[in-house]
Amino acid sequence: MTDLTSLSAADLAALLTSREVSSVEATRAHLDRIDAVDPDIHAFLHVAAEGALASASRVDERRAAGESLGELAGVPIAIKDVLTTNDMPSTAGSRILEGWVPPYDATVVRRLREADLIPLGKTNMDEFAMGSSTEHSAYGPTHNPWDLDRIPGGSGGGSAAAVAAFEAPLALGSDTGGSIRQPAAVTGSVGVKPTYGAVSRYGAIALASSLDQVGPVSRTVLDAALLHDVIAGHDPLDSTSLDETWPSMAQAARAGRTGDALKGVRVGIVRQLAGEGFQAGVKQRFDEAVALLTAAGAEVIEVSAPSFEYAVAAYYLILPAEASSNLARFDSVRFGMRVMPADGPVTSERVMSATRDAGFGPEVKRRIILGTYALSAGYYDAYYGSAQKVRTLIQRDFNDAFGKVDVLISPSAPTTAFRLGEKLNDPMAMYLNDITTIPANLAGIPGMGLPIGLAPEDGLPVGMQIMAPARSDARLYTIGAALERLLEETWGHTLISRAPDLTATEMFASEEGAI
Amino acid sequence: MPEISAEQVAHLAELARIDLSADEIESLTRDLGQIVDSVAKVSEVAGDDVPATSHPVPLANVFRDDSPRPSLTVEQALSGAPDREGDRFRVPAILDEE
Repeated sequence: MTDLTSLSAADLAALLTSREVSSVEATRAHLDRIDAVDPDIHAFLHVAAEGALASASRVDERRAAGESLGELAGVPIAIKDVLTTNDMPSTAGSRILEGWVPPYDATVVRRLREADLIPLGKTNMDEFAMGSSTEHSAYGPTHNPWDLDRIPGGSGGGSAAAVAAFEAPLALGSDTGGSIRQPAAVTGSVGVKPTYGAVSRYGAIALASSLDQVGPVSRTVLDAALLHDVIAGHDPLDSTSLDETWPSMAQAARAGRTGDALKGVRVGIVRQLAGEGFQAGVKQRFDEAVALLTAAGAEVIEVSAPSFEYAVAAYYLILPAEASSNLARFDSVRFGMRVMPADGPVTSERVMSATRDAGFGPEVKRRIILGTYALSAGYYDAYYGSAQKVRTLIQRDFNDAFGKVDVLISPSAPTTAFRLGEKLNDPMAMYLNDITTIPANLAGIPGMGLPIGLAPEDGLPVGMQIMAPARSDARLYTIGAALERLLEETWGHTLISRAPDLTATEMFASEEGAI
Repeated sequence: MPEISAEQVAHLAELARIDLSADEIESLTRDLGQIVDSVAKVSEVAGDDVPATSHPVPLANVFRDDSPRPSLTVEQALSGAPDREGDRFRVPAILDEE
């Protein structure tokens, strides 16, 4: 029998629909895989084995009774711990929420359940999604399945590692400055940050409300599209949710895999996201992918986005400002941890301060203090106000660029996966890692990250980012799927199939330069 | 650009209700100085003629019908509370006795 964990969600779904495989079998296979590899990977903070098998068995019964179910019914999925789940702890990677089981589901989680996907558990992340490596998780880092000594990206390193290590075919992530796309890049997986407002944020524990967006994580473009179709759509519980009907992303992806989807497509390379500071192997694979696009009939030009130079600076003012406000809710009163002060009078204020000192990790404290500073009287105009103006300039750069091209592309991240610990004590070095992904969040536009090869110098995955105008998410799937097909035809296999065998006693990095 | 002092960080920590240790204040003072130096460049391009954007895809007047719908029960709402008394959250004294 085929190893059920190696299948794409779409292929697994087809076997489930034809009843060649039961959801219980598929779920058990993934739970077994988690048992086998997660002690090394640590993608999961919580595994709901019993609940998953019970849900799977109900799906099997309904299918056996002849009920017509959704396309992904019975397919297992991992959920980033930033999303509330009423039957699993939801910690957002923070000590302050340790063991908290929320009384409600996030809208996206409710939609997963309504579409009969099987939640396997909750995935690791940087605390409150603040980070690019999962090293800021209060529960220890996740390890990259391609090299256990390296970071899986962040903040959604757990979700990316879970799909890359075949622990789940699908996962949910959230992306505030690249937390879906950068982990996809460094783990050889696919991730999409939808248009701001396309997917409900209700029940997504807020980091920066004007930037956060929930999106799909997977191993193929079509799988991401199928999941996107499940989670997207208007939600009256989120006042920033866009009230419109969306085309089928799955249909868009399937269109990309057939015919001449790239012919005449105008593709822009952002000059500011392709120059210095990018690893040689990242540039090389990016240039090769561009050559493939050109050969397939795309018109590739260079475009300039001069304000992008200021994007990281603006982001690290806007994000901490919003985060310092959002995280004020952790007040030791209604939910989460409560710590009493070591000495002195016991007042609510002092309990709150002691709790937040004990419950928040160093990066969260750093950003709350930075955000409090940026919003202080006397500094507000110079920092937060100016950052919001930069946001306008970045949106204008995107508008100008999308006047000339259909999509923009860049490497997803400047480098391949760096070593655990390498940037942990240098906050600015860590922040600059998101230089490629941040502009899309500031402008609210959708972005996709997909694998384009392994860097010759270290044998680690390289990703390409594709960006489209707001509301044109479908375009990402068509072009992404078309590029994915071209790359796989060139290689003769999928990239993820080259990932090391995690169950072997010795691990080997992939043959250098093989792809 | 103003230097960031340890006193300033201690004050910010008080405003943010985080009981930082002296060591944390010292390391955050250093970090904050470095980060603020890097992000201050936003003011270079933020001219008076550039409007501010607070929201990437702006929506106006998002309303819903004001009709009753099921909400959390008292038990659900209190399920995560660190302390409770009857149907209420129990908290330490709000005011300092001094």
